[in-house]
Amino acid sequence: MKLKGINTSLNLRFVEEKIPTRNGYGDELVTLGKNRNVMVLCADLTDSTRVAKFRDKHPLQFVEIGVAEQNLVTVASGLAAMGKIPFVSSYAMFCPGRCWEQIRTTICYNNSNVKVIGAHAGVSVGPDGATHQALEDIAIMRTLPNMIVVVPADYEQTKKATHAVAKYKGPAYMRFAREKTPQFTSKRTPFTIGKAQVLKQGHDVVIIGAGPVVYECLVAAEMLQKDGINAMVINSHTIKPLDTKTILAAAKKCSCVVTVEEAQIIGGLGGAVAEFLSEAYPTKMKRIGVNDHFGESGSPDQLLKKFGFDSKSIYTKVLHFCKKEKSKKK
Amino acid sequence: MKTITKVKDLQLMANTIRQDIITSLTEAKSGHSAGPLGMTDIFTALYFNILKHNPKKPQWKDRDRVVLSNGHICPVLYATMANAGYFPKKELMTLRKLGTRLQGHPHREALPGLETTSGPLGSGLSQAAGMAYALKIDRKNNHVWCFCSDGEHNEGNTWEAMLFAAKHKLNNLIVILDRNYIQIDGNTEDIMPLDPLDKKYKAFNWNVVTINGHNMKRIVSTLRNARKNKNKPLMIIANTTPGKGVSFMENDYTWHGKPPTKEQEEMALAELRKREHSLEGVRCSQCSKLHRRCTCIEGQ
Repeated sequence: MKLKGINTSLNLRFVEEKIPTRNGYGDELVTLGKNRNVMVLCADLTDSTRVAKFRDKHPLQFVEIGVAEQNLVTVASGLAAMGKIPFVSSYAMFCPGRCWEQIRTTICYNNSNVKVIGAHAGVSVGPDGATHQALEDIAIMRTLPNMIVVVPADYEQTKKATHAVAKYKGPAYMRFAREKTPQFTSKRTPFTIGKAQVLKQGHDVVIIGAGPVVYECLVAAEMLQKDGINAMVINSHTIKPLDTKTILAAAKKCSCVVTVEEAQIIGGLGGAVAEFLSEAYPTKMKRIGVNDHFGESGSPDQLLKKFGFDSKSIYTKVLHFCKKEKSKKK
Repeated sequence: MKTITKVKDLQLMANTIRQDIITSLTEAKSGHSAGPLGMTDIFTALYFNILKHNPKKPQWKDRDRVVLSNGHICPVLYATMANAGYFPKKELMTLRKLGTRLQGHPHREALPGLETTSGPLGSGLSQAAGMAYALKIDRKNNHVWCFCSDGEHNEGNTWEAMLFAAKHKLNNLIVILDRNYIQIDGNTEDIMPLDPLDKKYKAFNWNVVTINGHNMKRIVSTLRNARKNKNKPLMIIANTTPGKGVSFMENDYTWHGKPPTKEQEEMALAELRKREHSLEGVRCSQCSKLHRRCTCIEGQ
């Protein structure tokens, strides 16, 4: 990728091989398991949430709950009360989807040290269809007091995020995708919860993304260069607490803000940024995501295109938005 | 804290706790009356005779854990804890008021000595099972005591927890079920039939004991034996009378979710004091006989 203004201090490294973010979670957990207090609970989705390696390596710290998400999070709350650090793994649609009240009462209100993991989020889950494509998880978790929300962008970042979330004391939600996605952060790329990353500098528009779509945002930014638009790209891997400092500075510099997420824009990253900026620094915004709609069956590629998460769709939308705003100024 | 060993002294303590429940609920002007009064005898036996705990060191790491799943009966938990010395008794008068540590439903972070937060029904058993599981893997021999209600067996979460506890043979998990046959909308068997609950638990691979939840001697012996429970989690089905000790509240489901008025408080306290005098054997000022034998007006 030939990107002008890339932030060299982040040591980004574009690798051709694609890996699902959920693998980063599974791989890092095996290392974290050396701490006997780290436990993994799973609701009958051990392989697909990538916790099988942990189960095999640390069998005494693994608990199979069965298809019972309410029990999954409440048993975890009990374990956390005894000093354990439980990670609960399921599909985002089932947990937090099915057991939101239990998470609210027994984890958030108690400030329990439970890590909720929502795998298979977004439309890119593919042929399983809308019942299995969590799009509302960011919104429902973001509104919970004490809960933090982390959406890592690639494999390496997921490893770092998993590590950071284990060290963090308190409730945390992490969201992963099912599909293999491009890698662009390296072992040397820093990661701090709540600290967004300016991947590329720019001054015409800022594209703020979360999750694997961040890579598509970078490609879109590269395409925009040919149209004379210099886009800043921010990886807002932590949606709560939002890095308001970085976002405010970007809004002041670029005057046009675009958010991109494979989730409902109502209450998601787009919602979070809009809530913040409308009070702190009202800025023209375009939220790219799913707009009050369900997903459907299809191949991941088809769905990403249909719902506008591929780089070309993002490019087209940002270009249109920028042109519109520019013409208004004239 | 001093353990109370004599049955009569435990009954007296239960009477005191019932009076505290009545006064705190009247002062709060909202809250649940029937459930707390129905479970007072068992709470008293547990906290004053059985439980491994230290009210002055609520975070003592080798303590037993008490999980109240049906959080709405917390007036009995608060009144028991206050009498056990966790906090000053006068604080009971802050129940449900702004700034109180005694939230309308118990909040762990608000008051030392509470092990969980509860209110929304059906999640306490899972949390208790999680604690019992942690004690097992850490090879500790403390017990987890979980209170739950019959009504909350409408909740799927409870049945998920029953499967989990049986799978892991959590014999250190002792559950006391308040079988009072009432819930907000009426009789449990009309709302969503649960009987035969004992057979259901047995079929789920639990040990089951059924007791009269007001027979102090039986309560103490059952809870004491529970420490020797083996192989399976233990369910103690306690048949209780909702509103126990206050005749106009007993067995009336409309008392599930309301507090006494000032006049009703006086009536309730008079009845409880009479019982107290009868237990204590206080001499009647009218006829100088022991109250339990006295037939004059004061002793009636």
